[in-house]
Amino acid sequence: MKRRDRTALAALAPALWLGLFFLFPFLLVAKLSLSETALAMPPYAPKLDWSAGLAGLRAFLAGLDFETYARLTADRLYIAAYLSSLKFAAIATVILLLLGYPLAYAMARCPPGVRQALVMAVILPFWTSFLIRVYALIGILKPEGLLNSALDALGLPAVNVLNTETAIYIGLVYAYLPFMVLPLYAVLERQQHDLLEAAADLGCTPLEAFWRVTFPLSLPGVAAGSLLCFIPMVGEFVIPDLLGGSSTLMLGKTIWNEFFANRDWPAASAVAIVLLFTLVIPIVLYQRQQAKLMERGR
Amino acid sequence: MTERSRPRLNIGAVRSTFAPWSDPDARPLVRFEQVVKRFDGETAVAGVSLDIYPGEFFALLGPSGCGKTTLMRLLAGFETPDEGRVLLMGEDLAGKPPHQRPVNMMFQSYALFPHLTVERNIAFGLRQQGMGKAEIAERVGEMLALVRLEGLARRKPHQLSGGQRQRVALARAIAPRPKMLLLDEPLAALDKKLREETQFELMALQQQLGMTFLIVTHDQEEAMVTADRIAVMRAGQIVQMGRPADVYEAPNSRYVADFIGDVNIFEGLTQHADGATVRMASAESPLGFDVVEDDRIEIGSTAWLAVRPEKIQVHLDEPPPGPNRLAGKVADIGYLGDWTTYLVELESGRMIRAARANASRFVDRPVDWDDRVWLTFARDAGVVLTQ
Repeated sequence: MKRRDRTALAALAPALWLGLFFLFPFLLVAKLSLSETALAMPPYAPKLDWSAGLAGLRAFLAGLDFETYARLTADRLYIAAYLSSLKFAAIATVILLLLGYPLAYAMARCPPGVRQALVMAVILPFWTSFLIRVYALIGILKPEGLLNSALDALGLPAVNVLNTETAIYIGLVYAYLPFMVLPLYAVLERQQHDLLEAAADLGCTPLEAFWRVTFPLSLPGVAAGSLLCFIPMVGEFVIPDLLGGSSTLMLGKTIWNEFFANRDWPAASAVAIVLLFTLVIPIVLYQRQQAKLMERGR
Repeated sequence: MTERSRPRLNIGAVRSTFAPWSDPDARPLVRFEQVVKRFDGETAVAGVSLDIYPGEFFALLGPSGCGKTTLMRLLAGFETPDEGRVLLMGEDLAGKPPHQRPVNMMFQSYALFPHLTVERNIAFGLRQQGMGKAEIAERVGEMLALVRLEGLARRKPHQLSGGQRQRVALARAIAPRPKMLLLDEPLAALDKKLREETQFELMALQQQLGMTFLIVTHDQEEAMVTADRIAVMRAGQIVQMGRPADVYEAPNSRYVADFIGDVNIFEGLTQHADGATVRMASAESPLGFDVVEDDRIEIGSTAWLAVRPEKIQVHLDEPPPGPNRLAGKVADIGYLGDWTTYLVELESGRMIRAARANASRFVDRPVDWDDRVWLTFARDAGVVLTQ
C-alpha cells in the first residue's frame, strides 16, 4: 500500500466513526420525526419495504411529511417547554457564573501546592455516579431530609424545597459547577501577576485593576464555562425529573414523555431535532471563540 | 532611533556640569534611609542609604540577587521596608500603596496588557488619572511620536516585535509624567545592536523630558553608558557609588574592579615609598611594581594592584629591565574588530589579559599565537586596592 493511500485511510477512520455513530443515528431520528404515529410495532409509519425495490422507496418517501413539526408549533405545551428549558438553563448559568468566578479566582490565587489539591477537590465528585449524587440531593432536600433537620436544630422553620423550581436550580448548579469553575480557573491561573502590578503602578486600586485587567482577560473562560454549562442544561432530563417533580416542564422530560408515556416516537424525535438546532447556535459560537483563542496562541 | 531622525541634543554640555550630589544645598528627589528588607529571614537589602537628585539618571548595578530590584520595588511600593525609610520629595512613602505613588515603572517583562491596543495601553495610566478624552488622545499621540510607533497605535501587543513592545512599555510608563521613571532591566530582552541604540535613546529621552530615571541592570556597559551615577551593589549593600569613570578608573575594592570591566589583579606586599612612588613586591614581576602614592596605601601590608587590559602594552622586543614588566607567551588572541584581546601566559602559569585598539588596518609584524612577549604598564595605570 502506498504511503498516500495509508494517509487517506487514516483520515477516513474518524469520518467512518462520525458517520456510523453520529450521522446515521441523526438521520434515523430525522426520518422518525417526519413519520406518523401508528398502532404497530415499532409505532410509526411509513416503513421502508425493501422487497418492493425502487417503488417501495418512492412510496416510503411519499409517506414522509412535516406534519409533526406543524403539531409542535400549534401546541402551546411544546413552546412552553422550550421557553422553560431555556429559562432554567439561562438562570442556572448566571448563578453558576456568580458562584464559580469567585471560587476559581480564589483557587488561582492560592499557593501552587494548595491549588493542585483544590483542583482535585473540584474534580472529585465525578468519581461518584451522577445519579447517586442526585439521589443524595433528594435525601438532603426532602421534607424530613438533612436540610430541614439542620434548620430545625437551629430553631428555624422548615422549608419545602423538593419538587420545586428551587430544587432544580440547586441540582443544576451543584452538578454543573465543575464545568464552570475549571475553564475559569484555567484562564485565571495563567494570568501573569506583573500585569496587576503594572495596573497598580499606573494608578489602579486592587478593585479597579480587577475590572480593567483581570476580568477582561478572563472573558474567554467566562464564555467557555457558560456554554459548557448552558448547552447540556437545556436538554437536561435527570435533574428536573428527580428533583423537580411531575409538574416541571422541560424539554428532556417532554421527549421522555412522548417516547415512553405517549408512544409518540415522531413527536419525541421532532422535539429532539428542534432542540438540536436551538443548541447548534451556541455551539457554533463556542467553537468560534475557541478558534479565536487558538489563533491568538494562548 | 537613528541620529538623523532626532534633533541632536548637546548632552555633553549639560552633563559635564551636572553634579547635584556634590552640592550641599541640593535637595534629593528620593532618599533611602538605612533601608532593610528581608524575605523569609533572608536579607535582600541590608541597610542602604542613597540620595537620587532631580534630573539624574541613576543606575543600580550588580549581579542577580544583589538586592537592586528589591530596592526599586521598595520605591514603587510593591514591597515595604522592614527597617528604615523611603522618602520622595521629603515625604515618607510608608503606607502609601503603589497606585498613589507618583513614580512609574517599566517592567522587565514589559507587562503590557494583552487585551488592549498599543494606544489603550499607553492611555491606561492617563484614564486612571481622570484625564479628559481629548487630552488623553493628544498625550497618547505625543507619546507614540516620541517612541516612533505612530503607525502601530491599533495593534495588540502580540502583533509587535520585541523592540516595539519595549517602546510601548516605555511610553506607557512615561505618559502619566511621573516624578520618576523606574526601569527594571529595560533592555535585557533586546539583541545587542538594538540594546546599544536604545541606550542612547534612553539618554536622549531623559534629557528631553527632564525626568529622573532610575535604572536597574546587571549589564555594566548599560549602566556606564546611560547613567550619571552608578551604585554598585553586592549582597544587599552599596559597595561603591560614583560617576561611571570614577567607578571604572578608581574602584575601591577587588569586587568592583572585577565586576566593572575586565581587570588583572596582582597580589603584593607594599614596601617603601620613594617620593610619589610606592614599590610593591610581587611574585609575578622580578623587580616588583611601581605605583603612584595614594594615602590609602599602608606600607608593609598586603595589597592588590588592579590593572585594566587596555592599559597594558604588549611588546615583541624585550624592553629594558625595570618594574611593571612581565614576560610570557601568547596563549590566545581574541580579535574583536575594534579591539584585540591577548591572553598572555606568564612563567608562573598565570593568565594576563591585555588589549590593544586596532588603530591601523595592517601591522608589519602582528603578535601571533605562541609569540614570546613582554608586558609593561605605566606607574599610574593600576589602582592599589586594600580590600
